[in-house]
Amino acid sequence: MSSPNKTLPGWIDIGLIPLINIALAFLVSGFVIWLIGEDPIEAVKIMINGAFGYDEALGYTLYYTTNFIFTGLAVAVAFHASLFNIGGEGQAYIGGLGVGLLCLLLDQYVPLWVILPLAIIASGLFGAAWAYVPAYLQAYRGSHIVITTIMFNFIAAALMNYLLVNVLIARGSGSPESRVFEETAWLPFMHEIFAWFGAEITRSPLNLSIVLAGFASIFVWFFIWHTRWGYAIRMLGHNENAAQYSGIDTKRVIIGTMCLSGALASFVGINEIMGVHHRILLEFTAGYGFTGIAVSLMGRNHPVGIIIASLLFGALYQGGAELAFEIPTIQKEMITTIQGLVILFCGALAFMIRPTLERIFSNFTQENKTAVVE
Amino acid sequence: MDDFFLLSLSTLDSTLRLSTPLILCAMAGIFSERSGIIDIGLEGKLLAGAFAAAAMAAYSGSAMLGLIAAIITSISMALLHGFACITHKGNQVVSGLAINILASGLTVTFGIAWFHQGGQTPNLSGDARFSPITFPGAEMIREIPFFGPIYTELLSGHNLLVYVAFLAVPLTWWVLYKTRFGLRLRAVGENPQAVDTAGISVTFLRYRAVICAGILCGIAGAYLSTAHNAAFGREMSAGQGYIALAAMIFGKWRPVPGLLACLLFGFLNALAFRLEGVSVPGIGQIPVQLMQSLPYVLTVILLAGFIGKAIAPKAIGRPYVKER
Repeated sequence: MSSPNKTLPGWIDIGLIPLINIALAFLVSGFVIWLIGEDPIEAVKIMINGAFGYDEALGYTLYYTTNFIFTGLAVAVAFHASLFNIGGEGQAYIGGLGVGLLCLLLDQYVPLWVILPLAIIASGLFGAAWAYVPAYLQAYRGSHIVITTIMFNFIAAALMNYLLVNVLIARGSGSPESRVFEETAWLPFMHEIFAWFGAEITRSPLNLSIVLAGFASIFVWFFIWHTRWGYAIRMLGHNENAAQYSGIDTKRVIIGTMCLSGALASFVGINEIMGVHHRILLEFTAGYGFTGIAVSLMGRNHPVGIIIASLLFGALYQGGAELAFEIPTIQKEMITTIQGLVILFCGALAFMIRPTLERIFSNFTQENKTAVVE
Repeated sequence: MDDFFLLSLSTLDSTLRLSTPLILCAMAGIFSERSGIIDIGLEGKLLAGAFAAAAMAAYSGSAMLGLIAAIITSISMALLHGFACITHKGNQVVSGLAINILASGLTVTFGIAWFHQGGQTPNLSGDARFSPITFPGAEMIREIPFFGPIYTELLSGHNLLVYVAFLAVPLTWWVLYKTRFGLRLRAVGENPQAVDTAGISVTFLRYRAVICAGILCGIAGAYLSTAHNAAFGREMSAGQGYIALAAMIFGKWRPVPGLLACLLFGFLNALAFRLEGVSVPGIGQIPVQLMQSLPYVLTVILLAGFIGKAIAPKAIGRPYVKER
């Protein structure tokens, strides 16, 4: 995205401005809660307790976090190439289809350690394929990636709806879901893994895919900042013409970046389909793809920031569910509202407070200078 | 044959009703995007407008007050969009997305707090809704073959906002192509520097453009909740803002082709309802999902340059920075 000019020291740019923006987003969220006649402080208390207060809550928080890491990384990788991938939702949906099909195909024949790597590959391929078409159209036919990825979200939803209602539906089932996989295709839950080592933790949907999320974060960090492909992506993001003149095949980089982005988003399918639901079902993506945009903006497109932002959103989702339970007037849509405000303040209004800070800072340094001269 | 005539007439009738919000939103998009501001936020403004209209109509019992509330709400969201991307030069896509997500969160949050019906508003009836308008003489000429049914069934008997939508198209055309404001609006979407050099404020022009978009989306929202339906339901815009966006692109950012695209998409939708569970001779059953996704597929094919070429306004998406 646009890089700010260097008139402010790094710590203000990277540290202070995002913090102020997030604070503003939460302040306005609190205002909304106050507006509907509830106590924001009380809400925050319930939320924090609901997200971290006990083992099960923490498990749920981390389970949501896993999804947000995947979609956040997906958006961030595309952002580095100055591409805006709104299609994470559709890519995750189709990725889940890939995972599910593979599990349905193999679960009766081979053990988990064969299925898992194949499922990761299938997921990545399906997600990447769903991102490939918009990427190709952007690179070679000049159509705008934002519009095409939006369209592809809707097409994915229609396709999945058709497949589940007409093709994949389990025999004799009333709801549009595939059959439940055999247990060989179930990703182990964290409480099961801990049990193998004799440690006991509370049951929660948290599963092995959080480890995959960790690897994905490290991979993205290494890939973007320490490989020539990452360099090409960042150069394309900063200045397409310069990238082209320096011999980078920008069209191929656009396609490659989008495919990587689609593959990362698709891993939501591993967590949801293989890890939790153990069958293909409608709308398991539940808006995680869109939340990825907020996560990426908040985490400033860096894996470390994304992990922190994902944790925050995981806590918001889980704490929000608790909140909906405790205070019936605050439902999960309040979390949607907070998400919208985060996108607004950390994304669209990211540079709003910059001029003010610049003025304060330059006044401050000038005073110092005059003081030294005197 | 007569049956077929009546059946196609009723399909066209529902085409008109289904394309009304699309037309209004597509015209809104044209105003905004021709001035250089990408408007992903059509969906959000539509949804917020629908909620405001239903809430106000439920509270006051007047559909007109509902309409006004919808327009005000939608304009304020448009101004927020303008504040982010015109004044603060933020990313227009991000801002539009924020507006959509905010709308889908806030409408239900306030809905629950105010009406305690899980995000729905109370059912509206009587004056709280826009009722059908019967054209003069509609009953009299019903019996005349061919023209009678067309006049009575197809043209007459819609509510006010349907006609407003169809009037919005020539109005948009007239404003864009025949007024000084329209000329400047189009110029600012192509070459803001030139407009600025002529001593006209780019900022003020673009703000006026997004306000126009806000007004139209507000009307569309009021149509959804107080005319087409009788209450607000969560996520009731159901992606129609995005279909309107697609229709606007399909119409290459022009009012009349945009109208045709909206009618086409509305027709596909009406046909999908009609064909649900019906076996078409020679083809068999057409999956309803195929019909639903056709607007998006067609738009992608268009954008790929296989049906003519869709060229966006030149300065679209780029915030204008005055030289220092």
